[in-house]
Amino acid sequence: MNINDWLLTLLALAWLLPLGSFVLIVFLGPKMGPGGRTAGYLATAAILSSFGLSLGALTCWLAAHPLAASHAGPVAALSGDWYTLAEFGSLRLTIGYYIDGLTVAMFCMVTLVASCIHIFSFGYMHEELHEVTDPLSRLSNGEPLRRRGRFHRFYQYLSLFCFSMLGLVIAGNLFMVFAFWELVGICSYLLIGFYFERRTASNAANKAFIVNRVGDFGMIIGLMALWAGTGTLSFAGAPRHGRALPPFEYFVRVFGADHYHNTGKLEPIEYYEQAEDYQPGIFTQVRPGGDPVVPEGLVQFAARGEVAKIVTGAPDKSTASAALRDQRLNWRRQGYGYWLLVLAGLGIFCGCIGKSAQFPLHVWLPDAMEGPTPVSALIHAATMVAAGVYLVGRFYPVFTPEVLLVIAYVGCVTLLIAATIALTATDIKRVLAYSTVSQLGYMMLGLGLGGWLAGMFHLFTHAFFKSLLFLCSGSVIHACGTNEMPLMGGLRRKMPWTAATMLVGCLAISGAGVPLLVGLSGYYSKDYIIAQALSFKLLNAPHAWLFWAAVFGAGLTAFYMFRLWYLTFAGPPRDQHVHDHAHESPWSMVVPLVILAIFSVVAGWNLWLGGTPFGLEPLLEQARPAGIEEGASAGWGSTLVTHPPEHRYFEEANEAIHVPATFWAFGAALGGFLLATAFYGLRVLDPEEARRQFAPLHRFLVRKWYFDELYAAVWVRPTLRLASWVAWLDRRGIDGVADGAARLVAGVARLDDWIDRLLVDGLIERVARGTHALGLRLRAVQTGNLRQYVMLLAVGTVALLVIVSLYWNWAG
Amino acid sequence: MDLLTHPVGPAHYLVVGAVLFTCGVVTMTVKRNAIGVLMGIELVLNGANLNFIAFGSPALVAHGPGFAGCPGSLGLDGQWIAMFVIVLAAAEAAVALAIALCFYRNYSTVDVDRGEELHG
Repeated sequence: MNINDWLLTLLALAWLLPLGSFVLIVFLGPKMGPGGRTAGYLATAAILSSFGLSLGALTCWLAAHPLAASHAGPVAALSGDWYTLAEFGSLRLTIGYYIDGLTVAMFCMVTLVASCIHIFSFGYMHEELHEVTDPLSRLSNGEPLRRRGRFHRFYQYLSLFCFSMLGLVIAGNLFMVFAFWELVGICSYLLIGFYFERRTASNAANKAFIVNRVGDFGMIIGLMALWAGTGTLSFAGAPRHGRALPPFEYFVRVFGADHYHNTGKLEPIEYYEQAEDYQPGIFTQVRPGGDPVVPEGLVQFAARGEVAKIVTGAPDKSTASAALRDQRLNWRRQGYGYWLLVLAGLGIFCGCIGKSAQFPLHVWLPDAMEGPTPVSALIHAATMVAAGVYLVGRFYPVFTPEVLLVIAYVGCVTLLIAATIALTATDIKRVLAYSTVSQLGYMMLGLGLGGWLAGMFHLFTHAFFKSLLFLCSGSVIHACGTNEMPLMGGLRRKMPWTAATMLVGCLAISGAGVPLLVGLSGYYSKDYIIAQALSFKLLNAPHAWLFWAAVFGAGLTAFYMFRLWYLTFAGPPRDQHVHDHAHESPWSMVVPLVILAIFSVVAGWNLWLGGTPFGLEPLLEQARPAGIEEGASAGWGSTLVTHPPEHRYFEEANEAIHVPATFWAFGAALGGFLLATAFYGLRVLDPEEARRQFAPLHRFLVRKWYFDELYAAVWVRPTLRLASWVAWLDRRGIDGVADGAARLVAGVARLDDWIDRLLVDGLIERVARGTHALGLRLRAVQTGNLRQYVMLLAVGTVALLVIVSLYWNWAG
Repeated sequence: MDLLTHPVGPAHYLVVGAVLFTCGVVTMTVKRNAIGVLMGIELVLNGANLNFIAFGSPALVAHGPGFAGCPGSLGLDGQWIAMFVIVLAAAEAAVALAIALCFYRNYSTVDVDRGEELHG
């Protein structure tokens, strides 16, 4: 086995282990130890092994593709198929893989975070080992619900969730992406609705699922457009039809490389036609290098009118095809089909909007807090919402500059809306939920502004500190038994480990550090995004407010995170009962916190080993999709947008952007921190006073910008009204006809029954009764007296004789 | 009154037969004793026998209208049937006495009015 075989085997095993654990728990779960405890051990062992295998795969990858100080040359990606599920003409459905630095890094991050969450859940979910009395779900008689513990089911869903996410990450074609995309969705549905007896939980699960369907509708359109345009589902290409790959055969496809190194400047079409036995994949077709190229299928679809004109106008077939060949390049240069490529990009982004809870589909994520807290950590850090950002990063070659601008604006609006709502939320988990939405907005903003590395880097660092923050909040909730921050306070002394690790998380998410020198992980990733926004602002003055929004958002982030920390851990206890009840969590919950805290600090650092950096950033840089280094420009209406190339900001040559960006970001965060300290830490300012001063604004933010009310009025209530109207129609109209028919039949039957009884039965019965009565009368004649019989005989004979003699005609 | 003046002929026999028959019927009707009833039956049979004999008389053959278009064909048929009836009566008496015996065994009497189990 060479090193690529090792890499593939390790990743495949890491991917499939959680599936194995899921299957085992499905069939044997309730029988696994007392309360299903062994199921937890099994799932944890599976995900820990996955983490180990992922580390092995990372080692293999680094051995094959050493990290370099700067990104140079083509992207290295390992792509191929493991297994062909079905083949319909040119449509091949396969289990395939596409592995680059991003895939390997995602594997390590997802399995690490998921392992911590698995371990944490042993402490957090221990109540589920026994029979549970749920005070939040009442029976109809007002009694709290009592049910069996669902410990094994929790771990079963976690395993499926990890499997789905890893499958999405390793997927090598659109078919797999969509399948695992939906699997991630159903897992989040199952876990958000884990306490499905609570009405709020089942509603939240439904809301998450339905809102995601809205986004997935757009995603299907995007996937279909890409498939129709490129004729393939594969990302990086596959052998042409008819050449099936045996399992585990692979080939390295360095896509775009030919074009880069070919000074002959082949046009894309000719370039494709040279590769005889190779079907180019989607990325290869859309970005053979440099600007995006409209795939052949989309060009022909957009130019179908011209094609029809040529075909009908040509005298014979050969002249028609020659004319078509001549025109193809012209059409492409004239921009035919470009809007379809934009549409495909927007469609895919639509799916990401739903999954990553971007405006306007962000409403499901805060409600998803109804699930158990470790699930929230998993959804918010490693799996569900990360899937959307990951997909934007993965499909980056497909996005045209127009789509990127839309992504940037959606991200920007999301980050502002969510950050402002987080300012007023009092539920500790909801603050974190809105913080997640806001940080996802940051990632989208970074990606949309051309900062691929910035967005993806923030995805990773955010995964560490957000899972840390959520697990800390889980620890707090576990100790206090409430989510409400106004009831907490002063927990610092009671829960020193939780308080310290959560402080690390708050510092990391705020981007704390010594400017230009060193910082926590969030310091680097947020800096990248803000620096990218700054360089975008310098090139595109009309879009300057994207930068200011990012800076303002950084300040808001620091404010609401430290507000959370102060309210929870600092000051005097506000509720003595809660305070007395609180205690430090068991080691199974504290250890994951410490691990994640360490990663939150160091995830952004680079180790310099003999002149080459070693760390997350160069690994991601290595996976940067081909053709986006130079930046891109496009006309958007009347305005020209230029996406700046992503500079290496930490090189001294770029001080013009790097230094101001760092100071803007740091200054904003420091401002937010100081304001929060003034309000909640030192209490020199009174939050109540501020609330009174800005009462309408406060109400607006507490009601979450009235999004739920708006959607309820525009979508939910009309739908419910329509449904109730249809139900009424069903009951009155359709049921009425059916009931009427039934009643008519019953009436006819009753009439028939009456006739039957009265006439048919009556006649027969009357005859029978008459005969019976006659017999009863006649029996009196039979006296049994012999002499009487003789007498009657004699008298009768005489009477007969007399009668005969009277009427007999003697003369005749 | 002609009967008293005329010489004895079939008509007289018929009168005696009718009287016997009537006596027999009356006996059957009024007698409660089974043996008495049997006697009545014998009288009825013999009354009927006398009729047969009367109609088989040669006097009827010489002056009668004949039968079936053949004058004087009655012949000795009446006498033969009378013989047959006597035999039949003997057999009937044997059966009837056996019935009477059984009756007596069941009811310890031969009063026929006691045997009314077949009443309706």
